Amino acid sequence: MDQLLQHLVNGTVLGGTYALLGIGLTLIFGVMRVVNFTHGELYAFGAYMTYAFVSLLGVNFYLALALATLAGVALGAALELVLLRRMRRADIDSVMLVMIGASLVLQNAEMWAWGGVAKLIPNPFAGSPLVLGPVSVLPLRLFVLGVSAALLLGFWLMLDRTRAGVAMRATFQDPETAALMGVRVGWVNTATFAIGSGLAAAAGALLGPVFMVSPTMGDLVGLKAFAIVILGGLGSLPGATLGGFALGFVEEFAGGYLSTEYRDAFGFLLIILVLALKPQGLVPAKERIG
Amino acid sequence: MLNRRSVLLAGLAMPALATRGFAADAIKIGMTQPLTGAVAASGNYVANGAKIATEVLNRAGGVLGRPLELVLEDNKSNPREAVASVEKLVLRDRVPVLIGAWSSTFTLAIMPKLMEYKVPMVVETSSAARITTSGNPYVFRIAPTSEMEAVAFAGLLGKFSPPMRKIDFLSVNNDFGRGAAEKFAASLAARGITVGKTETMTPEATDLAAQLTALKQTDSDTVFVTTGVEQMTLALRQAVEQRLGKRIVTTGGSFPDQLIANPLPAGNESFHILFYAPWFPERAPHPAIAATYTAEWNKKGWEFAGLTEGFRGYDAMLTVVEAIRLAGKPEAEAIRAALWNVKIPGVNGDIAFTKDGPAGQESGQNRPNVSILKLAEGKTSLL
Repeated sequence: MDQLLQHLVNGTVLGGTYALLGIGLTLIFGVMRVVNFTHGELYAFGAYMTYAFVSLLGVNFYLALALATLAGVALGAALELVLLRRMRRADIDSVMLVMIGASLVLQNAEMWAWGGVAKLIPNPFAGSPLVLGPVSVLPLRLFVLGVSAALLLGFWLMLDRTRAGVAMRATFQDPETAALMGVRVGWVNTATFAIGSGLAAAAGALLGPVFMVSPTMGDLVGLKAFAIVILGGLGSLPGATLGGFALGFVEEFAGGYLSTEYRDAFGFLLIILVLALKPQGLVPAKERIG
Repeated sequence: MLNRRSVLLAGLAMPALATRGFAADAIKIGMTQPLTGAVAASGNYVANGAKIATEVLNRAGGVLGRPLELVLEDNKSNPREAVASVEKLVLRDRVPVLIGAWSSTFTLAIMPKLMEYKVPMVVETSSAARITTSGNPYVFRIAPTSEMEAVAFAGLLGKFSPPMRKIDFLSVNNDFGRGAAEKFAASLAARGITVGKTETMTPEATDLAAQLTALKQTDSDTVFVTTGVEQMTLALRQAVEQRLGKRIVTTGGSFPDQLIANPLPAGNESFHILFYAPWFPERAPHPAIAATYTAEWNKKGWEFAGLTEGFRGYDAMLTVVEAIRLAGKPEAEAIRAALWNVKIPGVNGDIAFTKDGPAGQESGQNRPNVSILKLAEGKTSLL
């Protein structure tokens, strides 16, 4: 029973981080129909920016998280303006190839700038876990879970309650009609890619201090983010959240009770099962964004 | 037993033996290491050790009157890339001898290429037994096998208080991790210690909560952790989070150096099987060589704790250069034959090869020294 409770807490913490990884990716696909292969590298970028601000420049930890996220937004906007805007009429395969190329450039730039050795980001939280009966969790992990939840909620509110959100959803449903209604589709795309990138960078900024920061940290994360988004349903925000938690719990419980050796395989087995039974993913809503 | 002349050869008295002035082309020595990817920290440390050995040896006159050139390739922590890096080193750079490739998985992937191109390789880190028992006469390993490490560790069991009674393993799921778990289990079981559970993790895994929670439930008193330095650091930090409550011993010679600057909370300690403890160079088998290596490393301003792995590259370079000197020419077959006659002191101890593997196809295996370092609240001490 003690083990079950600990696995539940671990699965929740892991699922929260996975959900955060998934939403940025699903947003960009939902609005722009762009498969963002730079997602994992933007995650690593956010983590490195946090490292740079905290360890090299001595910036306050919380401020560093915000600055790293903003840096991710700026990098995302630049990628959209320089690469994607020119390819708006291009087919999805060409865009995918460009994004794969961009991810390789970003990863190699990180290696060049920071070297291959992984780095630890100092954080102001106690290193000892909070203990409640048989369950323990680091305060830093709870902070990450809380911020992830706040970001998910804030993001949903932005889509549902603001003019920018309406413009994004309108662009998703029908870009031509949205343009006729006065929506500046080009800027919606830039804003969407920038926000999606900022969310990836925020995930990296939050998880960098939990784990370690290295130039290849985005590889597995990028793969998992795709798995989460496919599991939840492409372009679905609730789907990405649900997919994140589903993957987190499956990995945690399968790893804890069945086999740690095949822990990742169970996550992908879940995806195969979901796609076999519900090809549109867990949340196949008609209007997915929001 | 090594003689005084051999001691002098190892970087201390090279000028007396080499011709001064580098008129001729450099002698190339190829090295493949994981400079990026999952185990990049260790690979960079080893590469740095080889770089400073090259500088020290070149300052002392190189070898055969020629300077040395280290040609370094990144195997990207990936066995396929490791093979590609060897292809490049042998076919493009024409190196007559190699050093590599850190992980057993990468080294095992490379080994058929050594046979194909007939180029010898000094293996500086990999510990899987198969590397020297599979009948590859181009392999010369200065690192200990997991079995040698386990046997040496068993001899130091008396240093632990309270004594070990039951052990578990948390191992990276590759040749290195599985091999270490198997050999330590066998060695310690022979000493009457009960062997419990083995949990594994993929090399890229960052969240080890499921494994640690499962290990927490067992009645063992000690967990042996075998993996690269990055994952080792994560395992130690997450063990605190999961309140593992057991003694942790890491194997393989890696040291989680970042836990010195960012220590675990008070009351948490760990033990690390090392082959060189740079905090105590005076206690190395050859203090003068250890001091030279440590001083050169520190002069570069590199991370101090990287010395724990960098010595592998340093010792490997000393070994290769001595073999070239003995061979009298930088040719692969002559170097391979000469490696059997190498007898030099290194940072870890005396380096000399004994035969291992099937008759007629033996690999060379060195017998290195082992020490145990305790890390508590960012401070180190030798057991």
